[in-house]
Amino acid sequence: MNSLIPLIFGMAAVTYGPRLMPFLLMTNKQIPARLDAFLKCIPAAAIGALIIPGAFNATPDMPMAAASGMAFTMIFGLWHGGIIIPVLGSVAVTCLILFFAG
Amino acid sequence: MTRDSQDAVKAGIPIFIGYVPAAIAFGILSKGCGITLLECFLFSAAVFAGASQFIALNMVMTGMGPGGIILTTLLVNFRHFLMSAYLSTRIAETAKKKIFLMAFGVTDEVFSVLSFKKGNLSTKFVFILQWSAYSAWVGGTVAGYVLGGFLPEILIKSMGVALYALLLAILLPEIKQSVKALILTIASGVFNTMLIKLDVLPNGWNIIVCILIIALAGSFFITGEVKEEEVYE
Repeated sequence: MNSLIPLIFGMAAVTYGPRLMPFLLMTNKQIPARLDAFLKCIPAAAIGALIIPGAFNATPDMPMAAASGMAFTMIFGLWHGGIIIPVLGSVAVTCLILFFAG
Repeated sequence: MTRDSQDAVKAGIPIFIGYVPAAIAFGILSKGCGITLLECFLFSAAVFAGASQFIALNMVMTGMGPGGIILTTLLVNFRHFLMSAYLSTRIAETAKKKIFLMAFGVTDEVFSVLSFKKGNLSTKFVFILQWSAYSAWVGGTVAGYVLGGFLPEILIKSMGVALYALLLAILLPEIKQSVKALILTIASGVFNTMLIKLDVLPNGWNIIVCILIIALAGSFFITGEVKEEEVYE
Protein backbone atom coordinates (compact mmCIF):
# COMPACT_ATOMS: atom_id res chain seq x y z
CA MET A 1 0.00 0.00 0.00
CA ASN A 2 1.25 3.54 -0.79
CA SER A 3 1.86 5.84 2.13
CA LEU A 4 -1.40 7.30 3.41
CA ILE A 5 0.27 10.36 4.85
CA PRO A 6 -0.48 12.71 1.91
CA LEU A 7 -4.11 11.53 2.01
CA ILE A 8 -4.30 12.15 5.75
CA PHE A 9 -3.02 15.71 5.41
CA GLY A 10 -5.47 16.32 2.56
CA MET A 11 -8.28 15.13 4.82
CA ALA A 12 -6.97 17.28 7.66
CA ALA A 13 -6.99 20.37 5.42
CA VAL A 14 -10.57 19.92 4.18
CA THR A 15 -11.73 19.24 7.74
CA TYR A 16 -9.94 22.21 9.28
CA GLY A 17 -10.99 24.69 6.56
CA PRO A 18 -14.73 24.63 7.27
CA ARG A 19 -14.05 24.62 11.02
CA LEU A 20 -11.93 27.78 10.74
CA MET A 21 -13.66 29.81 8.02
CA PRO A 22 -16.62 31.11 10.04
CA PHE A 23 -14.30 32.38 12.79
CA LEU A 24 -12.38 34.40 10.18
CA LEU A 25 -15.54 35.71 8.52
CA MET A 26 -17.48 36.68 11.60
CA THR A 27 -14.92 38.16 13.96
CA ASN A 28 -15.47 41.82 14.81
CA LYS A 29 -18.48 42.24 12.60
CA GLN A 30 -21.99 43.27 13.51
CA ILE A 31 -24.29 40.35 12.72
CA PRO A 32 -27.65 41.16 11.09
CA ALA A 33 -30.65 40.24 13.29
CA ARG A 34 -31.97 37.70 10.77
CA LEU A 35 -28.65 35.85 10.63
CA ASP A 36 -28.36 36.02 14.40
CA ALA A 37 -31.80 34.42 14.81
CA PHE A 38 -30.72 31.67 12.40
CA LEU A 39 -27.44 31.05 14.24
CA LYS A 40 -29.25 30.88 17.59
CA CYS A 41 -31.36 28.02 16.25
CA ILE A 42 -28.33 25.95 15.21
CA PRO A 43 -27.53 24.24 18.56
CA ALA A 44 -30.94 22.62 19.10
CA ALA A 45 -31.29 21.77 15.40
CA ALA A 46 -27.80 20.24 15.27
CA ILE A 47 -28.10 18.24 18.48
CA GLY A 48 -31.55 16.94 17.49
CA ALA A 49 -30.14 15.63 14.22
CA LEU A 50 -27.04 14.23 15.93
CA ILE A 51 -29.14 12.19 18.38
CA ILE A 52 -32.01 11.09 16.14
CA PRO A 53 -31.95 8.58 14.55
CA GLY A 54 -28.32 7.67 15.41
CA ALA A 55 -29.01 6.79 19.05
CA PHE A 56 -31.36 3.99 17.99
CA ASN A 57 -28.44 2.38 16.18
CA ALA A 58 -25.86 2.75 18.94
CA THR A 59 -26.09 -0.96 19.73
CA PRO A 60 -27.03 -2.41 16.33
CA ASP A 61 -27.25 -6.02 17.58
CA MET A 62 -29.87 -5.05 20.12
CA PRO A 63 -31.42 -1.57 19.71
CA MET A 64 -33.40 -2.10 22.95
CA ALA A 65 -30.18 -1.90 24.99
CA ALA A 66 -29.20 1.56 23.72
CA ALA A 67 -32.82 2.72 23.95
CA SER A 68 -32.93 1.71 27.62
CA GLY A 69 -29.66 3.52 28.28
CA MET A 70 -31.05 6.64 26.65
CA ALA A 71 -34.27 6.28 28.64
CA PHE A 72 -32.20 6.27 31.82
CA THR A 73 -30.44 9.48 30.72
CA MET A 74 -33.77 11.08 29.90
CA ILE A 75 -35.42 10.18 33.22
CA PHE A 76 -32.43 10.95 35.41
CA GLY A 77 -31.61 14.11 33.46
CA LEU A 78 -35.14 15.48 33.74
CA TRP A 79 -35.43 14.55 37.39
CA HIS A 80 -32.02 15.49 38.69
CA GLY A 81 -29.95 17.03 35.88
CA GLY A 82 -26.18 16.82 35.58
CA ILE A 83 -24.04 15.20 32.90
CA ILE A 84 -21.66 12.64 34.38
CA ILE A 85 -24.20 10.39 36.10
CA PRO A 86 -26.66 10.42 33.17
CA VAL A 87 -23.80 9.45 30.81
CA LEU A 88 -22.17 6.77 32.99
CA GLY A 89 -25.60 5.46 33.98
CA SER A 90 -26.66 5.04 30.37
CA VAL A 91 -23.51 3.02 29.66
CA ALA A 92 -24.15 0.87 32.74
CA VAL A 93 -27.80 0.24 31.84
CA THR A 94 -26.88 -0.59 28.23
CA CYS A 95 -24.12 -2.91 29.40
CA LEU A 96 -26.39 -4.73 31.86
CA ILE A 97 -29.04 -5.29 29.22
CA LEU A 98 -26.51 -6.50 26.65
CA PHE A 99 -25.05 -8.81 29.28
CA PHE A 100 -28.25 -10.36 30.61
CA ALA A 101 -30.52 -10.22 27.58
CA GLY A 102 -27.91 -10.44 24.80
CA MET B 1 -8.61 26.37 39.94
CA THR B 2 -11.16 28.94 38.87
CA ARG B 3 -14.86 28.18 38.60
CA ASP B 4 -14.58 28.27 34.81
CA SER B 5 -11.81 25.64 34.74
CA GLN B 6 -13.71 23.40 37.16
CA ASP B 7 -16.79 23.58 34.98
CA ALA B 8 -14.67 22.79 31.93
CA VAL B 9 -13.09 19.74 33.57
CA LYS B 10 -16.52 18.52 34.65
CA ALA B 11 -17.87 18.94 31.14
CA GLY B 12 -14.75 17.33 29.68
CA ILE B 13 -15.09 14.05 31.60
CA PRO B 14 -18.17 12.74 29.75
CA ILE B 15 -16.61 13.67 26.40
CA PHE B 16 -13.48 11.79 27.41
CA ILE B 17 -15.54 8.76 28.40
CA GLY B 18 -17.43 8.86 25.13
CA TYR B 19 -14.39 9.29 22.89
CA VAL B 20 -12.12 6.62 24.33
CA PRO B 21 -14.07 3.54 23.18
CA ALA B 22 -14.75 5.00 19.72
CA ALA B 23 -11.06 5.86 19.40
CA ILE B 24 -10.01 2.37 20.55
CA ALA B 25 -12.31 0.92 17.89
CA PHE B 26 -10.64 3.12 15.28
CA GLY B 27 -7.18 1.98 16.42
CA ILE B 28 -8.14 -1.70 16.30
CA LEU B 29 -9.72 -1.31 12.88
CA SER B 30 -6.67 0.58 11.54
CA LYS B 31 -4.39 -2.21 12.59
CA GLY B 32 -6.70 -4.74 11.00
CA CYS B 33 -6.51 -2.77 7.75
CA GLY B 34 -2.73 -3.00 7.78
CA ILE B 35 -1.89 0.70 8.02
CA THR B 36 1.15 1.77 10.06
CA LEU B 37 0.98 3.06 13.62
CA LEU B 38 2.20 6.47 12.42
CA GLU B 39 -0.59 6.69 9.84
CA CYS B 40 -3.16 5.58 12.38
CA PHE B 41 -1.90 8.17 14.88
CA LEU B 42 -1.90 10.92 12.24
CA PHE B 43 -5.48 10.15 11.23
CA SER B 44 -6.66 10.98 14.73
CA ALA B 45 -4.06 13.65 15.55
CA ALA B 46 -4.35 15.66 12.31
CA VAL B 47 -7.92 15.07 11.12
CA PHE B 48 -9.64 14.71 14.53
CA ALA B 49 -13.09 13.91 13.14
CA GLY B 50 -14.47 10.52 14.13
CA ALA B 51 -17.01 9.45 11.53
CA SER B 52 -14.96 10.67 8.57
CA GLN B 53 -11.94 8.66 9.73
CA PHE B 54 -13.93 5.41 9.78
CA ILE B 55 -15.36 6.20 6.36
CA ALA B 56 -11.91 7.01 4.97
CA LEU B 57 -10.44 3.76 6.31
CA ASN B 58 -13.26 1.87 4.67
CA MET B 59 -12.67 3.65 1.35
CA VAL B 60 -8.92 2.99 1.48
CA MET B 61 -9.72 -0.71 1.85
CA THR B 62 -12.06 -0.69 -1.14
CA GLY B 63 -9.20 0.84 -3.15
CA MET B 64 -10.68 4.29 -3.76
CA GLY B 65 -8.18 7.00 -4.74
CA PRO B 66 -7.27 9.93 -2.46
CA GLY B 67 -9.32 12.46 -4.47
CA GLY B 68 -12.60 10.70 -3.76
CA ILE B 69 -11.74 10.14 -0.13
CA ILE B 70 -10.79 13.78 0.42
CA LEU B 71 -13.98 14.99 -1.27
CA THR B 72 -16.08 12.67 0.89
CA THR B 73 -14.25 13.91 3.99
CA LEU B 74 -15.07 17.50 3.03
CA LEU B 75 -18.76 16.63 2.64
CA VAL B 76 -18.95 14.56 5.82
CA ASN B 77 -17.22 17.19 7.95
CA PHE B 78 -18.80 20.30 6.47
CA ARG B 79 -21.44 20.39 9.22
CA HIS B 80 -18.72 21.85 11.45
CA PHE B 81 -18.94 24.99 9.33
CA LEU B 82 -22.38 25.63 10.77
CA MET B 83 -21.20 24.83 14.28
CA SER B 84 -18.22 27.18 14.01
CA ALA B 85 -20.50 29.89 12.62
CA TYR B 86 -22.57 29.67 15.78
CA LEU B 87 -19.57 29.45 18.11
CA SER B 88 -17.88 32.45 16.49
CA THR B 89 -20.73 34.61 17.84
CA ARG B 90 -20.19 33.28 21.35
CA ILE B 91 -16.46 33.46 22.05
CA ALA B 92 -15.21 36.14 24.39
CA GLU B 93 -13.28 39.13 23.03
CA THR B 94 -10.10 37.83 24.67
CA ALA B 95 -10.49 34.46 22.93
CA LYS B 96 -10.44 35.94 19.44
CA LYS B 97 -6.66 35.72 19.14
CA LYS B 98 -6.82 31.97 19.63
CA ILE B 99 -9.28 31.14 16.84
CA PHE B 100 -6.75 29.16 14.79
CA LEU B 101 -6.24 26.63 17.56
CA MET B 102 -9.83 26.76 18.75
CA ALA B 103 -11.24 26.02 15.30
CA PHE B 104 -9.23 22.79 15.11
CA GLY B 105 -11.14 21.34 18.07
CA VAL B 106 -14.71 22.00 16.90
CA THR B 107 -16.25 18.51 17.06
CA ASP B 108 -19.93 17.62 17.43
CA GLU B 109 -19.65 16.98 21.16
CA VAL B 110 -17.40 19.95 21.98
CA PHE B 111 -19.78 22.18 20.03
CA SER B 112 -22.77 20.77 21.91
CA VAL B 113 -21.26 21.41 25.33
CA LEU B 114 -20.11 24.90 24.35
CA SER B 115 -23.40 25.88 22.78
CA PHE B 116 -25.40 25.59 26.00
CA LYS B 117 -22.77 27.04 28.32
CA LYS B 118 -24.06 30.29 29.75
CA GLY B 119 -22.30 33.55 28.95
CA ASN B 120 -19.33 34.21 26.70
CA LEU B 121 -16.87 31.39 26.11
CA SER B 122 -13.45 31.99 27.63
CA THR B 123 -10.24 30.69 26.08
CA LYS B 124 -9.59 28.56 29.13
CA PHE B 125 -12.98 26.87 29.11
CA VAL B 126 -12.80 26.08 25.41
CA PHE B 127 -9.23 24.74 25.56
CA ILE B 128 -9.75 22.53 28.61
CA LEU B 129 -12.78 21.00 26.96
CA GLN B 130 -11.05 20.52 23.61
CA TRP B 131 -7.98 19.07 25.25
CA SER B 132 -9.99 16.42 27.10
CA ALA B 133 -11.64 15.49 23.81
CA TYR B 134 -8.39 15.49 21.85
CA SER B 135 -6.36 13.52 24.38
CA ALA B 136 -9.11 10.89 24.61
CA TRP B 137 -9.33 10.62 20.84
CA VAL B 138 -5.60 10.43 20.09
CA GLY B 139 -4.73 8.40 23.20
CA GLY B 140 -7.57 5.95 22.59
CA THR B 141 -6.54 5.52 18.95
CA VAL B 142 -2.95 4.62 19.83
CA ALA B 143 -4.08 2.37 22.70
CA GLY B 144 -6.45 0.52 20.38
CA TYR B 145 -3.74 0.02 17.76
CA VAL B 146 -1.04 -1.10 20.17
CA LEU B 147 -3.03 -3.02 22.77
CA GLY B 148 -5.88 -4.31 20.63
CA GLY B 149 -9.10 -5.30 22.40
CA PHE B 150 -8.01 -4.83 26.01
CA LEU B 151 -11.48 -3.79 27.14
CA PRO B 152 -14.24 -6.42 27.18
CA GLU B 153 -16.18 -6.29 23.92
CA ILE B 154 -19.51 -5.89 25.68
CA LEU B 155 -18.25 -2.76 27.45
CA ILE B 156 -16.98 -1.23 24.18
CA LYS B 157 -20.36 -1.94 22.62
CA SER B 158 -22.24 -0.34 25.52
CA MET B 159 -20.00 2.70 25.46
CA GLY B 160 -21.32 3.42 21.98
CA VAL B 161 -24.33 4.92 23.72
CA ALA B 162 -22.21 7.35 25.79
CA LEU B 163 -21.92 10.07 23.15
CA TYR B 164 -25.65 10.08 22.49
CA ALA B 165 -26.35 10.13 26.22
CA LEU B 166 -23.95 13.06 26.52
CA LEU B 167 -25.78 15.02 23.82
CA LEU B 168 -29.14 14.26 25.43
CA ALA B 169 -27.90 15.25 28.91
CA ILE B 170 -26.64 18.57 27.53
CA LEU B 171 -29.91 19.22 25.77
CA LEU B 172 -32.35 18.33 28.58
CA PRO B 173 -32.00 21.45 30.75
CA GLU B 174 -32.46 23.54 27.61
CA ILE B 175 -35.64 21.85 26.41
CA LYS B 176 -37.08 21.93 29.92
CA GLN B 177 -36.85 25.72 29.84
CA SER B 178 -37.65 26.52 26.25
CA VAL B 179 -40.46 25.18 24.09
CA LYS B 180 -38.62 26.60 21.11
CA ALA B 181 -35.60 24.35 21.77
CA LEU B 182 -37.88 21.34 22.23
CA ILE B 183 -39.68 21.96 18.93
CA LEU B 184 -36.42 22.54 17.07
CA THR B 185 -34.88 19.36 18.47
CA ILE B 186 -37.80 17.11 17.64
CA ALA B 187 -38.38 18.66 14.23
CA SER B 188 -34.73 18.24 13.42
CA GLY B 189 -34.61 14.61 14.55
CA VAL B 190 -37.73 13.74 12.55
CA PHE B 191 -36.52 15.58 9.45
CA ASN B 192 -33.08 13.99 9.67
CA THR B 193 -34.65 10.53 9.92
CA MET B 194 -36.73 11.28 6.82
CA LEU B 195 -33.69 12.47 4.87
CA ILE B 196 -31.73 9.36 5.83
CA LYS B 197 -34.64 7.09 4.79
CA LEU B 198 -34.99 8.97 1.48
CA ASP B 199 -31.28 8.46 0.90
CA VAL B 200 -30.87 10.90 -2.01
CA LEU B 201 -28.11 13.14 -0.62
CA PRO B 202 -24.41 12.20 -0.56
CA ASN B 203 -22.88 10.90 2.65
CA GLY B 204 -22.85 13.53 5.38
CA TRP B 205 -25.17 15.98 3.66
CA ASN B 206 -28.36 14.81 5.28
CA ILE B 207 -27.38 16.41 8.57
CA ILE B 208 -26.18 19.64 6.93
CA VAL B 209 -29.41 20.12 4.93
CA CYS B 210 -31.36 19.19 8.05
CA ILE B 211 -29.63 21.76 10.30
CA LEU B 212 -29.87 24.47 7.62
CA ILE B 213 -33.58 24.00 6.95
CA ILE B 214 -34.66 23.54 10.55
CA ALA B 215 -32.60 26.50 11.82
CA LEU B 216 -33.85 28.63 8.94
CA ALA B 217 -37.47 27.67 9.66
CA GLY B 218 -36.82 28.33 13.34
CA SER B 219 -35.45 31.79 12.64
CA PHE B 220 -38.60 32.73 10.67
CA PHE B 221 -41.23 31.28 12.97
CA ILE B 222 -39.76 32.06 16.33
CA THR B 223 -38.18 35.49 15.88
CA GLY B 224 -40.37 36.95 18.63
CA GLU B 225 -38.80 34.78 21.28
CA VAL B 226 -35.32 35.39 19.92
CA LYS B 227 -35.79 39.16 20.19
CA GLU B 228 -36.94 38.81 23.77
CA GLU B 229 -33.78 36.90 24.56
CA GLU B 230 -31.69 39.69 23.07
CA VAL B 231 -33.36 42.25 25.30
CA TYR B 232 -32.87 39.94 28.25
CA GLU B 233 -29.16 39.60 27.54
